[in-house]
Amino acid sequence: MLLRSPRFADENIPPFELKGSLFTLTVLHLFQLDRAAIERHLTEKVKQAPSFFNNTPVVIDLEGLVEPPNGLDGVDFNGLYALLRGHGMAPVGIRHGSPELQAAIRQAGLPILPDSRSAGAAKKTERPEPAPARSRIVNHPVRSGQQIYAPDGDLIILGAVSAGAEVIADGNIHIYGVLRGRALAGVKGDVETWIFCQSLEAELISIAGRYRISEQINLDPADRGKPMQIHLMDDRLVIDHLIR
Amino acid sequence: MATVIVVTSGKGGVGKTTTSASFAAGLAQRGYRTVVIDFDVGLRNLDLIMGCERRVVYDFVNIINGEANLNQALIRDKRVENLHILPASQTRDKEALTREGVERVLNELRQNFEYIVCDSPAGIERGALMALYFADEALVVTNPEVSSVRDSDRILGILASRSRRAEQGENPVKEHLVLARYAPERADRGDMLSVEDVLEILGIPLLGVIPESPAVLQSSNAGVPVILEEDSDAGAAYSDLVDRFLGKNLPHRFITAQKKGFLKRLFGGG
Repeated sequence: MLLRSPRFADENIPPFELKGSLFTLTVLHLFQLDRAAIERHLTEKVKQAPSFFNNTPVVIDLEGLVEPPNGLDGVDFNGLYALLRGHGMAPVGIRHGSPELQAAIRQAGLPILPDSRSAGAAKKTERPEPAPARSRIVNHPVRSGQQIYAPDGDLIILGAVSAGAEVIADGNIHIYGVLRGRALAGVKGDVETWIFCQSLEAELISIAGRYRISEQINLDPADRGKPMQIHLMDDRLVIDHLIR
Repeated sequence: MATVIVVTSGKGGVGKTTTSASFAAGLAQRGYRTVVIDFDVGLRNLDLIMGCERRVVYDFVNIINGEANLNQALIRDKRVENLHILPASQTRDKEALTREGVERVLNELRQNFEYIVCDSPAGIERGALMALYFADEALVVTNPEVSSVRDSDRILGILASRSRRAEQGENPVKEHLVLARYAPERADRGDMLSVEDVLEILGIPLLGVIPESPAVLQSSNAGVPVILEEDSDAGAAYSDLVDRFLGKNLPHRFITAQKKGFLKRLFGGG
């Protein structure tokens, strides 16, 4: 017997400890809940590589699963486990899936594994930090018909942006003058970018593709001529005083 | 060293040619050897406003093409000493203006003149680009209405990016604003933009405000630069403008509406 209880257990040496560890596991991406189809496919796979299916631990992933239209009645995860075991696999857990599916898994008493986001995040930190993007500084007013673009970084305009002019940046836009033309920040999709200007009389403002034209800006007439800032909050453009 | 000044606007019909004629005449009146060139090839009318259309033999394009020399083409003004006119061709189009050709003519004119005034055609095409390319200074003529101001803004952008000075990285073209056809009463009523509105949008120094005046039409029909009509309001405004250009510090007139009382009307003034 593996578990015995001696009369005098040594309290200084704990019987076990818990530690996190990373494993490489085979993931079985399940697309359909058709038992017959799964079985047919499994038999084929086993025929192709019999040695692979030798008590191989697998994780069942439900992300790509097309849920049956007639609900989850009759969905049997224990049956699925048994099916896989019968073909030389050792299922260790299930991940992803709709809340209904997860409830069914919990009901069957099977473990649910967390999403694999942390692995992606770990990979990101290994990448070298990109060189800081240079800002583009324009030391003259931007006139009607001119278009200025700052790729990868911020755009700083020391002067006004006239009606009919367009200033564009992958990063933030700072205008030390009146904005009468169009200003588009975060044009490659960066939703964290801002637009700042000394007075907001713009034809169009846009951050990461969310835009408003002049008649949608609805600035309080009392705010005309005041420094303003524009950013995205909950996917909506928010226009506010620069100094509150 | 000669100074090349372009008179430009973007929009047509705002008073470029009127301004070119009076500005050049004013500089010449004050003793500077001045030539005014019509860049509006195909639609010339500087010679009409200067009253010398019947004396045109050779024109700007003839010189560029080497078909005549400058002395044959330059027309001496009969009223103002030191003033010469280089007319445009009526029978060519603006493609005749090559950069090399224009540069050659300007360099030749630099030998003999102190001020070279280039009267630009409207638009932003070849004629206008050639007129402004070699400029040292620019008079940007605008009317107190939105589309004119917008087009002037566009021209200011082109001056700052596509002139020779911009391309060579030299000091930028010096910009002056000329606000023409201004009617203070209508600006007060909100029918047209005010001086302040225009200055706020364009952001360049104001050289002069020319009032809306019947004298402009009369003198241009008569072939006389309006600056020579010294008693007219527009003539006086152009005279101030030239003095300011030459460095005099004069207050701006004709920018406020005045209710003229009986005595004022009798004795003039304002």
